[in-house]
Amino acid sequence: MSPHSREPAVLVEGLVKSYPGRGTVLDGLDLSVAAGTVHGLLGPNGAGKTTAVRILSTLLRFDAGRARVAGHDVARNPAGVRERIGVAGQYAAVDEILSGRQNLELFGRLHHLRLRHARRRAGELLERFDLVAAADRPVRHYSGGMRRRLDLAISLIRSPQVLFLDEPSTGLDPRSRNEVWEAVRELAGAGTTVLLTTQYLEEADRLCSRISLIDGGRLVAEGSPADLKSRVDGSLDDAFLLLTSAGAHDGRAA
Amino acid sequence: MSTPVSTQVIAGPATPAPLLGWAVADTWVVARRHLLRLVRRPDELLGTLLIPVMAVLMFGFVFGDALGSSMAAPGEEYREFLLPGVFTLTMAFGIGTTTIAVAGDVRGGVLDRMRSLPMSPVAFLAGRALADVITAVAELALLISLGLLFGWQWHSGLGAVLAAVCLLLGLRLAFSWIGIVLGLLVSSAEAAMKYFALAFPLAMVADTVVPTSLMPGWLSVPAAWNPLSATVIASRDLFGNPAGPATSWVADHALLMAVAWPVAIAAACLPLALGRLRRLAR
Repeated sequence: MSPHSREPAVLVEGLVKSYPGRGTVLDGLDLSVAAGTVHGLLGPNGAGKTTAVRILSTLLRFDAGRARVAGHDVARNPAGVRERIGVAGQYAAVDEILSGRQNLELFGRLHHLRLRHARRRAGELLERFDLVAAADRPVRHYSGGMRRRLDLAISLIRSPQVLFLDEPSTGLDPRSRNEVWEAVRELAGAGTTVLLTTQYLEEADRLCSRISLIDGGRLVAEGSPADLKSRVDGSLDDAFLLLTSAGAHDGRAA
Repeated sequence: MSTPVSTQVIAGPATPAPLLGWAVADTWVVARRHLLRLVRRPDELLGTLLIPVMAVLMFGFVFGDALGSSMAAPGEEYREFLLPGVFTLTMAFGIGTTTIAVAGDVRGGVLDRMRSLPMSPVAFLAGRALADVITAVAELALLISLGLLFGWQWHSGLGAVLAAVCLLLGLRLAFSWIGIVLGLLVSSAEAAMKYFALAFPLAMVADTVVPTSLMPGWLSVPAAWNPLSATVIASRDLFGNPAGPATSWVADHALLMAVAWPVAIAAACLPLALGRLRRLAR
């Protein structure tokens, strides 16, 4: 648990990441996510959203700066971070051949739950995400929405303090998207911190209490959706277009 | 999305246990995943066994008499010679299954999910290797039964037969580790499939279907030092099956080399695979 209860759930200062051949992806990113909130990371393609989330979920090392998640330093104590986070990806990383139940039990055991406990947790999550009827069917027969729900369920196995969602509704139909949004709201209501990346302004507007607008690997604006709208005296679309290079250069990376 | 479930039931750190203990437990969980996949798709196993079955039919019956006559042994005896070779090349061909499966996990994001968990990263690798060896037990059981149907038999005690099976499993383990390294290196499962043809010289330029003594001189040296040769010669000896004349140092020390090769290969591949896993974080 966090030694300072007031510490933000995610704290990023001056994060730098560059790849050989691809140049600088994160160029001194700052980010602070209050515990128990849904925070959106919004920006054009190539802004560094996914790289930031991969670093915060311990999948990628960084070159400079500081990152703390759930009270643990990402670079010095990745194991401590891993015990307290959930990760759900843009491409649901689940085993396609196994059933939904088998996937939940597998990842539950890899979270070091006892077999009995992993089974019970799988049952709870299948019920919660309306997957009971399909529980024993192979995931490759699931619809896109069901797959995303399973992905989300897997990321919640150990009740993470911080949940990272990389483009949670990309490729979903409106009904499935609403289901995912509903689940995210419920989680936040129960005290989980959610950091999500998105390209959809509507998603950020309806789901997030705060938005960090990033571009070129830096924070360009931050605030509640209402703050950002009032800053440009228009919609969130206007904020996105006025404050990021996607607008300035007419969709350079689109 | 009906009944909300309390999110705090199992928060907090996992039960503390020694790191090695978790590595072993996680390895078994990962291996079990691969075995469950196999149970869901048993046709995969049958697909793997098609190559050895075809090899027995083609080499054993189509070329059998011709190859046997040049060995000064009739077709039936050639098949006695051939079957340990087919067991061995089946173990080696397993490299394809391993490479494709590992590449699929890397590309598909399953590996990323596992890397974000508090599990041991070694378990991702070791679990795959363990599952491969367990699968190979089933493959060998089926192939040995099939061999008995085709008239192959062993002429030694049960202990020697089990020792031969262990050598074959050791070779499968070694090739599993090579497959793991390749799977971490290739860009996709599809790319891995393109290179599968390269497994053929590996399987044939060895004492598997033709004794190395019958190969041209320049070919018999790499054939003798092919790790498959040591395993096949040693297992023929343990099964009590006919063998070609021992014309190389390796053939004279087949049992030693059949143990040394897998140990050396696994010892070389483990650090390579771990290094590759670390590079994924760059």
